[in-house]
Amino acid sequence: MNTYHGKTAYSGCAIGPIHVVETEDRPICLHPITNVREEITRLDDAVKMSQDQLQVLYDKAVGEIGEEDAEIFHMHQMLLEDEDYLDAIHLSITDNQWNAEYAVAQAGKDFAKMFADMDDEYMNARSSDILDITHRLIHTLLGKKKNSTALEIPSIIVAHDLTPSITMEFDKTKVLAFVMKKGSLQSHTAILARMMSIPCLVATHLDSLHNLNGKIALVDGAKGLFSVEPTQSMVDEANKQLALQKAQKEIELQFKGKESKTVDGKKISIFGNIGSVLDVESVIAHDGEGIGLFRSEFLYLGRTSYPTEEEQFDAYKKVLVKMKDKPVVVRTLDIGADKKVDYFNLESEDNPAMGYRAIRICLDRPEIFKTQLRALLRAAVYGNLSIMYPMIISVQEVRKIHSIVEEVAKELKGAGILYRIPKQGIMIETPAAVIISDLLAKEVDFFSIGTNDLTQYLLAIDRQNAKLDALCDTHHEAVLRSIELVCRNAEKENIWVGICGELGADTSLTQRFIRMGIQELSVAPPFILPLRKKVCESTAW
Amino acid sequence: MKEYTYVIQDEIGIHARPAGMIASTAKKFTSEIMLKFQDKEVKATKIMAVMKLGIKCNDTITITCKGDDECEACEALSHLIEKIL
Repeated sequence: MNTYHGKTAYSGCAIGPIHVVETEDRPICLHPITNVREEITRLDDAVKMSQDQLQVLYDKAVGEIGEEDAEIFHMHQMLLEDEDYLDAIHLSITDNQWNAEYAVAQAGKDFAKMFADMDDEYMNARSSDILDITHRLIHTLLGKKKNSTALEIPSIIVAHDLTPSITMEFDKTKVLAFVMKKGSLQSHTAILARMMSIPCLVATHLDSLHNLNGKIALVDGAKGLFSVEPTQSMVDEANKQLALQKAQKEIELQFKGKESKTVDGKKISIFGNIGSVLDVESVIAHDGEGIGLFRSEFLYLGRTSYPTEEEQFDAYKKVLVKMKDKPVVVRTLDIGADKKVDYFNLESEDNPAMGYRAIRICLDRPEIFKTQLRALLRAAVYGNLSIMYPMIISVQEVRKIHSIVEEVAKELKGAGILYRIPKQGIMIETPAAVIISDLLAKEVDFFSIGTNDLTQYLLAIDRQNAKLDALCDTHHEAVLRSIELVCRNAEKENIWVGICGELGADTSLTQRFIRMGIQELSVAPPFILPLRKKVCESTAW
Repeated sequence: MKEYTYVIQDEIGIHARPAGMIASTAKKFTSEIMLKFQDKEVKATKIMAVMKLGIKCNDTITITCKGDDECEACEALSHLIEKIL
């Protein structure tokens, strides 16, 4: 048995035979031709055939990953019509009397280099599109039957890296998993795998792809492991996981596209929690109706200086555009406590959970807060954005925040920059906020209950202290009564209230939450569909 | 000859998709349609040449149409560009 490590692009487990896809190219040979006209006809036919293939791929992609992501194949069709590219190939055939394959390979190389040399990251990435259409054209010219993507039995696809078009060609019902030697979490294969919920490893440390074909292997996405010829005990363990996965898939199929409505017709919003722009795909794949908690910390973590307004704006805008008109709730910076960042120069504290964190930092250092608010107000133009503020304990804090938002709006207006003031709500995660929720409800547009922190503060139990795990009863009556009180006070002021903590995904409480008046549940994406199932079986009265 | 000038509003500039849409629209007409940016001028029907100009947000471009259907061509392209860029 051999085991290799990779990065998990989409988690999940798979067992099956390996199917290696060779994508490393053999060199295309130059051989002189005698009949130029015949060679030009060969080329023109190949271009026509390649165009038809791309149309088939586009139609397939629309069905599998949606119109927006399928657009890449339309773009390839347009590139394949480009006059300069085709002229260059024609010229090499007529003037140099090169064979069509060689002429295409050369043109592909030249045009790809042209884009790779440009001073623009986006355009650099287009050189791989040029190479993709070039390969397609050469394959068509060589008359290769594209057997490398035809699967007879369900298999684990192993390759160096796959182009978008090869990835798309597979019959996805027969792909158990993708294991790429190269590639990144952003590569097309990784994105597609997430959209289709197919386990996928990238940047896997394989020595060689030789002699792998046909061998049985196991992919463990949760651990990022790829094992060739695994032991029986590993297979048994994986089979258990597979059974769970299968049950989950069945629920997904049954409830995808359905409304989240109780038996007696009350509509509940089921949203996803995300921690980066990348996670949006997962919310869409699990049919989330919006994003109820977008943790903005990822913009600040893992770097050495503050993120700029532009960087933040780009990230928020991307998420809003991807979600189309669906609601997206961004939580402003929640740093401190267990999430530390060096360049904030925070002093170490004896009791960080009750210390200098989240909104307390933002109100103390308004320059950091204002940069984030400017980015948010500008991004709000591009979709259905709401903002929520963490760790609130008083009405004064909320008023102070609102006046800062007004100030930022005024500055943007003065500078002639497009903006919109989004709906603004607060996290209910301190006992103080629960008790004065009647007063807070008059100030804001919505409440989102953060049950993780609320539980730790209500029960006076440190979340990080493993010794107290037994005492930490997440169903504690104090927590549930707090939620009920918050719901009652929200209802009086006619604002909506949701739960974005882990308790929201606990289906043993769903019925009770709905009866309390919870209107929105925001959970990790894989919980969305099981939760919808539960909502559909519940009653509101 | 018809001329149309526009300042790019799109954040990424003329990337692959808009270049493709400009090219396919331009191909519908018999007029010679050129896209000018700074001192460079390329045929609007050529997607790669248009992309290679590396036109970004806030850049000014000029479209010129010359031929029998120059009025229709200019109108179609200006509509498209305002919509997508």
